[in-house]
Amino acid sequence: MSAPRSRGHAGYWAALVHRLSGIALALFLPLHFWALGQALRGAARLDQFLAWTEQPLVKVAEWGIVLLLAAHLSGGLRLLALELLPWRSGHKTMAAIAAGISIAIGLAFALAL
Amino acid sequence: MSRLKVRVWRGSGEGRFESFEVPRHASQTVLDVVTYIQRVLDPTLAYRFACRVGMCGSCAMTVNGIPRWTCRTHVDVALKDRGELAIAPLRNLPVIRDLVTDMTAFFDKWAQAKGGFQGSRTRREPFHAIAPEKESRKRVDAAIECIGCAVCYSACDVVARNPGYLGPAALNRAWTLVNDERDAARAERLRAVAGDAGCHACHTHVSCTERCPKQLSPTAAIAGLKRETARAALRGEL
Amino acid sequence: MSAPQGSVRQQTLLWVAQRASAAVLALCVAVHLATLIYAVRGGLSAAEILARTHANVVWLVFYTVFVLAAAVHVPIGLRPVLAEWAGWRGRSSDAALLGFAMLITWMGLRAVAAVFA
Repeated sequence: MSAPRSRGHAGYWAALVHRLSGIALALFLPLHFWALGQALRGAARLDQFLAWTEQPLVKVAEWGIVLLLAAHLSGGLRLLALELLPWRSGHKTMAAIAAGISIAIGLAFALAL
Repeated sequence: MSRLKVRVWRGSGEGRFESFEVPRHASQTVLDVVTYIQRVLDPTLAYRFACRVGMCGSCAMTVNGIPRWTCRTHVDVALKDRGELAIAPLRNLPVIRDLVTDMTAFFDKWAQAKGGFQGSRTRREPFHAIAPEKESRKRVDAAIECIGCAVCYSACDVVARNPGYLGPAALNRAWTLVNDERDAARAERLRAVAGDAGCHACHTHVSCTERCPKQLSPTAAIAGLKRETARAALRGEL
Repeated sequence: MSAPQGSVRQQTLLWVAQRASAAVLALCVAVHLATLIYAVRGGLSAAEILARTHANVVWLVFYTVFVLAAAVHVPIGLRPVLAEWAGWRGRSSDAALLGFAMLITWMGLRAVAAVFA
């Protein structure tokens, strides 16, 4: 049977983005802590690591991670709103707003780089 | 007279799409198409229907990937984004044959969610009056019109991935009873709808609400159940 | 069907913990991102970062809370992903997630100590 098309509506994409960004962040977090833990070995070690992060590819990855964080946060706020606040039929608008906010935050970070 | 190409699912789990060509009319529903195929082209086609006017939900099938009532789906609407019509049985239910699914699991889960009213008064006592303006009554009214057609169940991706998940319809019905002051089984019901197989498995894709032919919102009902079960758990009542 | 992972009450409390930690993280992440954007502006060296953060009690407490909230939120969040996408349910899945929670706590607090202690 062909793949179901319950997909393709706002709530489905919001949930998928939320889940994928969550998985990516879960995988990133131990790396992030490890890098910071390098500071235990002194400022020199941390400096080495920071030098490595100056590479353009790493900068792009950093920007990607911030975008993921912003996306996951926005999706999470949408979820909390749907679960805790009285029901409004504007959930699609909420998903759109969540997307907008995450892009805005990502851009802010990119511009600050 | 123009013709319409239709692909219809035949067989049980292991089946395939079979192609037919039917006459195209100005005002034609998908159920009209299925009926024509069975009456004129292939009498062995199995399908369900009853009222044919959008009241009973028996004719629910998957039309171009979306679960719908076929008697209320105009061919024009179904064709809007595709050149042809593909008709399959409802997803997430075992297929008996062709377009007919086994609804047993769907209704079993209704019972597992304690979807039945349990009264506490007898005929000798005055009946329990509930004013229509009461907030709890309004919450019940918003969700009570479900006729058990299984479109939401079919649309739900969590049902597809989590075999034990009770599903939007059963949870929606449980919500109407949780808000029914007359009901005496509240504590048991909250226990029945909580946890990995219950409301907490819902990821708010909102597919159910998107597809419900009666414009109900199982998403809102499930969110309500999440709040109520959380309250009960924190109070040690669950 | 496989053995239920804890009672229904425990599963409900997991959901509560998930939402509560989410609320804490929402605040922490907002502060963290704002601080990051402010810090990244001028480029940073290790000496510069460590100078601002060493022995800073306020930031120490803040990031400890951040780490603990993440240690709660991440494993509970991954639980349905393992169940639905990897078909991994049951006690072994819960045990693995608990292990991951401890890993995050350990590595996180170590990082907090490194930067803020």
